[in-house]
Amino acid sequence: MQPRGACERGRASLSRVGAVRPALLRHSLLGVGLLLVGAAAVWAIDPYDPFLVYQLSSVCYFAIGAAGLTVLTGLNGQLSLGHGALMGVGAYTTAVLLKDHTDLNPALVMGAATAVTAVASIIVGAAAARLRGPYLAGATLGLAVGLPGVAVRFSNIFGGDAGTSIPALVPPDPLSSVTPEVWLTWICLVPTVITFVLLANLVRTRYGRDFRAIREDEVASALYGIRVARTQVLAFVLSGACAGLAGSLLGYTSNLAAPGSFPLTLSLLLLAAVVIGGLGTLPGAVWGALIVVFFPSWITSLNDTVHLPSAVRDQLPLALFGAVFVVAMLAFPHGIQGGLVRLWQLRASRRKAGTPEPEGGAT
Amino acid sequence: MLEVDGLSVSYGGVTALDGVSLRIPDDGITAVLGPNGAGKSTLIRAIAGLVRPRAGTVSYGGRLLNGMSPEAIVRIGISMVPEGGGIIREFTVDENLRLAHLWRRDRADLRKALDEVMALFPLLAARRHLPANSLSGGERQMLAVGRALMSRAQLLLLDEPSLGLAPKVISLIMRTIHELSARRGLSVLLVEQNARSALSIANEAVLLSSGRTVASRRAGELAHEEELWHAYLGY
Amino acid sequence: MNYFFVLTLTGVAAGMIYAALAMALVLVWRATRVVNFAQGAMAMTTTYIALAVIQLTGNYWFGFIAALAAGLVLGAVAERGIVRWVENGPPLNAVILTLGLLLILEAVVPMIWGAQIRSFPAPFSISAVQVGAAFIPVSPFNLFTVGVVLLVMVALLVLFRFTGLGLSMRAAAFAPEIARLLGVRVGRLLTFGWGLATMAGALAGLLVAPSLLLYPNNMDAILVYGFTAAVLGGLDSPIGALVGGLAMGLALSFIGGYLGPDLETAGALAILIAILMVRPQGLFVHAAERRV
Repeated sequence: MQPRGACERGRASLSRVGAVRPALLRHSLLGVGLLLVGAAAVWAIDPYDPFLVYQLSSVCYFAIGAAGLTVLTGLNGQLSLGHGALMGVGAYTTAVLLKDHTDLNPALVMGAATAVTAVASIIVGAAAARLRGPYLAGATLGLAVGLPGVAVRFSNIFGGDAGTSIPALVPPDPLSSVTPEVWLTWICLVPTVITFVLLANLVRTRYGRDFRAIREDEVASALYGIRVARTQVLAFVLSGACAGLAGSLLGYTSNLAAPGSFPLTLSLLLLAAVVIGGLGTLPGAVWGALIVVFFPSWITSLNDTVHLPSAVRDQLPLALFGAVFVVAMLAFPHGIQGGLVRLWQLRASRRKAGTPEPEGGAT
Repeated sequence: MLEVDGLSVSYGGVTALDGVSLRIPDDGITAVLGPNGAGKSTLIRAIAGLVRPRAGTVSYGGRLLNGMSPEAIVRIGISMVPEGGGIIREFTVDENLRLAHLWRRDRADLRKALDEVMALFPLLAARRHLPANSLSGGERQMLAVGRALMSRAQLLLLDEPSLGLAPKVISLIMRTIHELSARRGLSVLLVEQNARSALSIANEAVLLSSGRTVASRRAGELAHEEELWHAYLGY
Repeated sequence: MNYFFVLTLTGVAAGMIYAALAMALVLVWRATRVVNFAQGAMAMTTTYIALAVIQLTGNYWFGFIAALAAGLVLGAVAERGIVRWVENGPPLNAVILTLGLLLILEAVVPMIWGAQIRSFPAPFSISAVQVGAAFIPVSPFNLFTVGVVLLVMVALLVLFRFTGLGLSMRAAAFAPEIARLLGVRVGRLLTFGWGLATMAGALAGLLVAPSLLLYPNNMDAILVYGFTAAVLGGLDSPIGALVGGLAMGLALSFIGGYLGPDLETAGALAILIAILMVRPQGLFVHAAERRV
């Protein structure tokens, strides 16, 4: 089915451009809508459960980090165990910037953290571009375990083991009735929505297709003209930028950037969010973030009904995440989002099967 | 006696074997012939336990082989030499031979078997501790046959032993197989594309085409049926 | 000069420990083409078991043997029960699965024994050896460490090169389908390979615990060092594991000694990246591609 001539071809390419623009518009409108709804919901919930609001800010940064990682690992097939360390880069950039200028605009600070981490990711990504599978995992594992040590070594800049504090976000005077946690979560929602809108659109472009193509078949992609190394690095930088932004939000949320905040476990939790939610899907990143944040506190709250020894209660979330990894790889490689997609497809096919034939049934 | 009954094997959606039945007696050589894609290799792999049939049974001495793993099938006296010989090139000649006997866990018999094989194949004895990839194609096939003997098998399954070998080497290998079968009372199932050399040593012959049995004769009779030759074997 | 000497000797002793963990990774890789990211966590677990046995019986050697036995069982059970199902799939799945095992072990161990940092005994003195009036910066425990790892390496070498079992294991790892046709019980041998590997890892855990102390995450960094050592030596090469381990031990000792202890892990990372960029197949390339 080939366009029959230049005129047709021109029309075809125009319609492609036209196809992208409505999608971007649609996503942006959806994003603004979600932002407004989310902000309103947060403001409404706050009087009843301020801690929940605070947790939602954690969901925001986990979602951003997971979104970046799902593009890298799910779409592009590069497994990184070092994104927790990259979040640390974002958090420390935030801390260092705010150390002497405490009232810098958060948007500027977050932007700077994102940019710095993106640059760091160019280096990491370039080193990682030639690595595959377990080698890449091992190298990024080294990043996760090794980078916090750098912060300790240069303690005059980074504050050593105790870290550097990050001042809390305070709402400006006209909004002084807004509580700190609501303000914090509002500030976190904005970059979250922006990130998802941007990623959602990126995934639909040639870049998204190239990411997927390389994961499916690297040799074929190269033969097709895709510049593999460059694309790999791009994927890394994108996901690293997300991690940096997430780290900055983490810093604002916990008011601290310390080596102990970025252990190997953080990288594994990000991976858990991606795996549970569904590798390679953006909605899955949200699911995963929700679960990673709320599951541990749900376990803690269980203590009221089922009394678990504190040692068990503290470690149970991690043990269960580990179990999810194992079970997911054995049985459900598509996570929640994939499961939902499959359920949807199942319902759709059942509905089709149940519909009576409009005519006598000639096929 | 190896009995194959109604064996059907499919790969994906493709049927490789469709209801094949045959009998392999306890001594002598049975040739399984046919053009490319006839299902000969699939048949032999199914008997050896490498491939699970969709339908049908394989039994040896009355014992059902369906579902048995290849290593279990070796233990009841069936040894398969895969296409190309299946020699582990990084191992030495000696290691390749030893490997085939290890499951017996009988060190005295291992030494005896090694001596026998070395006597049978002097060229292997000369290269005993060299890596197997220093052997020529024909020598590797000899090694493969020697390896099958190490396992003290009663039934040998040979998958295209002549593949890629020069005519002189092929006749040497065929002669060796014939002698072994005669002298030791071994039963041999010989899958071959090279029908002429196979028929020169076989007692029975089975002709497969498109996964089905087309003819089953004494080897001498098949050699004379010109129409069958032309139709299925192409020459 | 003296400092350099001390760093060298310390580096050799530490290097043997990394070599033991690298050996575990190499054995698992050779058998099943999987990098077991949980190897460190498994070693940590067996060390906790050893501590429990030591506290119960009052005897270090009972604990030592218990750790090795637990390693054999843990490795075998992990392969047979869980890892087997991802061995032939995409490598990403195996990585995530072993990471899951890591998380489970690092969570379940503190559930049983608590997360506090514990001390772990050494079977020999850890203070410097005194010869006359002089002190050699080496302790009896260091000597034991070097000796026992060398012993294990030699034993494994003998096993693989000179025994029928070793031959079968090599065949099972290298050419499984052909091995099956020769009567080799490939599945069982792969399981045994994992058991042996985790025993080697258990040894590493026992040897590092006296100085590193025992807590649920203590083997995380050691895993990175062991992995780097294994890659440096070539993931397929047991000798490479020994050489790589020694090289890592010395390199990290010097980095830590001259640049500061906090940079050790970062240093290991730098070395790993360097190797992977320059010579990813490692120093000792094993002869051929693995046959399917």
